Amino acid sequence: MYSGDFLAQLYRMLYTIRTFENRCIQLYRQGHIVGYFHPYLGEEAIATGVCAALGKDDYIVSTHRGHGHCIARGGELKKMVAELMGKEAGYCRGRGGSMHIADIDTGNLGANGIVGGGIPIGVGAGLSIKIRGTDQVAVIFFSDGASNNGVFAESVNLAAIWDLPVIFVLENNDYAVSTCVDECSRTRDLHRRVEGYCVKYTHIDGNDVLAVYDQTRKAVEDCRAGRGPVLIECKTYRHGGHHVNDPGTYMPEEKLEYFKAKDPVKIGHQYLVEQGGYSDKDIADIEAKVGKEMDEAIEFAKNSPEPSVEEFLEEVAWD
Amino acid sequence: MGLNSESKNINESRVIMYREALNEGIREEMQRDSTVFVMGEGIGERGGSYKVTVGLIDEFGPKRVMDTPISEASFTGAGVGAAITGMRPIVEILFVDFTALIIDQIANQAAKYKFMTGGKGRVPMVLRTQGGVGKGLAAQHSQSLEALFYHIPGLKVVMPSTPYDAKGLIKSAIRDDDPVIFIEHKSLYMAKGEVPEEEYTIELGKGDVKRAGKDATIIAWSGMIPKALAAAEKLAEDGIDVEVVDPRTLVPMDKDLIIESVKKTEHAVIAQEAVRRGGVASDIASFIQEKAFDYLDAPIEIVAGKKYADTVQQ
Repeated sequence: MYSGDFLAQLYRMLYTIRTFENRCIQLYRQGHIVGYFHPYLGEEAIATGVCAALGKDDYIVSTHRGHGHCIARGGELKKMVAELMGKEAGYCRGRGGSMHIADIDTGNLGANGIVGGGIPIGVGAGLSIKIRGTDQVAVIFFSDGASNNGVFAESVNLAAIWDLPVIFVLENNDYAVSTCVDECSRTRDLHRRVEGYCVKYTHIDGNDVLAVYDQTRKAVEDCRAGRGPVLIECKTYRHGGHHVNDPGTYMPEEKLEYFKAKDPVKIGHQYLVEQGGYSDKDIADIEAKVGKEMDEAIEFAKNSPEPSVEEFLEEVAWD
Repeated sequence: MGLNSESKNINESRVIMYREALNEGIREEMQRDSTVFVMGEGIGERGGSYKVTVGLIDEFGPKRVMDTPISEASFTGAGVGAAITGMRPIVEILFVDFTALIIDQIANQAAKYKFMTGGKGRVPMVLRTQGGVGKGLAAQHSQSLEALFYHIPGLKVVMPSTPYDAKGLIKSAIRDDDPVIFIEHKSLYMAKGEVPEEEYTIELGKGDVKRAGKDATIIAWSGMIPKALAAAEKLAEDGIDVEVVDPRTLVPMDKDLIIESVKKTEHAVIAQEAVRRGGVASDIASFIQEKAFDYLDAPIEIVAGKKYADTVQQ
């Protein structure tokens, strides 16, 4: 059903995001990266599956847990590491860092430090597409936590009444920082919230990259045909706490084990072996290439210059 | 109402209202640039609460003149998203008081985007709203909140006081690549003034002397300009010749114009409708004393809204 090449492309992406996060966490521990760092570990299949179904002119709006979105959208690792390290060669010249990484050239309108803050911005990208009359789509990544913010309800409604080509990708990872979805909602099925706005929705296993890809492809088709918006709820689970310094002691051990057993990277690996016919050696080659690319990215970032203090001060001066 | 110093030199002009001047400015920019569109509550067929967008829907259609639900935070955010992706939205918030609902999208998103993206992303959006007292609209519809936006890095703040300024400044605000908070005054919409037939714009950051004088400077903006001019006329009866300076845009502020006037008159009064605490007037006083301390013959005076009760009663 899927070509080996395509499955390899998906696996490579899953593995790249996993590697990027693990290696950057090391850099964080070594003091090369400062500030907040919210790993995407455990959720890699969502960004990978969604972005694989997009065209080059489409938009995405990302979140504070956004490294995976940026990589899957085609971000270059070296510019990403440089951004996380606050270097001039980074995507935002070191001004954005982990929480605000954006790459306008690939349609990544940016991560966001405000939970839910990007949702209306994505609707605006959809509005812009509609007024300009192009066939682009806008994908809004957001979380179970953000779905409790007022702008979620407002924005879904705006996208609905204006028939916008917007795909709401709800990454339901069970936790808003440390508060479990059960404490925030009468139902764990958050997709049901959009029924009242007459918006088409679906819900899937967010750890299964092909399920994510298939549903996104359908949603993209709907949006390009003027049948948007669509909401896709992807059930997933973080492999750790809210950020790198949060041990996540509130996350029950057995639940974490359950989700680690259905690790999105493992599932992608399985697809590649069983459907793609890739051998262990083929896969080891992919992984080695990613590892090398990551080594180079880190080397590049470490050797990149810091932003000029003078320029920085000039930018923040506002008289 | 006072003439603008610039408009005195223009031959072909007519007298129109502030709201008509705004309408003309928006209409001309929509004709000139197809990426400009407007959205807000009741701005289409109804033409807006103060009739600023009257007739635009007939000329540009509902795709570019969009009525919104009462979802201020999200349609403002939609403006930000549209601006980032190549449009020039004009978002209308009915009353400046309601901007409390949109602060995240303005302070954290629109205002910070350019900086956060290392200058690669821009938000060419105009947020039009109106404030001030004058209609007996009580506590949630009468505030002067310019100091909020003045304080937030990354925003421009425009507050026109005459039809001439309103038109020239709205056109520049629409063409600007940064987010502009454009605050009109509800008691000025029917005010009349000369506006030229030919096209013109007013540079953001360029103030205007609304009345020349030599004895004292009143610095005022928006709805306080007619009041300052009336005060100046009254003082003229006592032989005091007052200069009235209107910065027109609070960010960027034409500090040079203000300082030049204060150095000349050696007396400064700053008149703002907003309450005094944490206001723009205090900041103006602070830079006057920094830059013109030796010229002052008397302490700087601030005339400001005293308290909430004034707002309700006026």
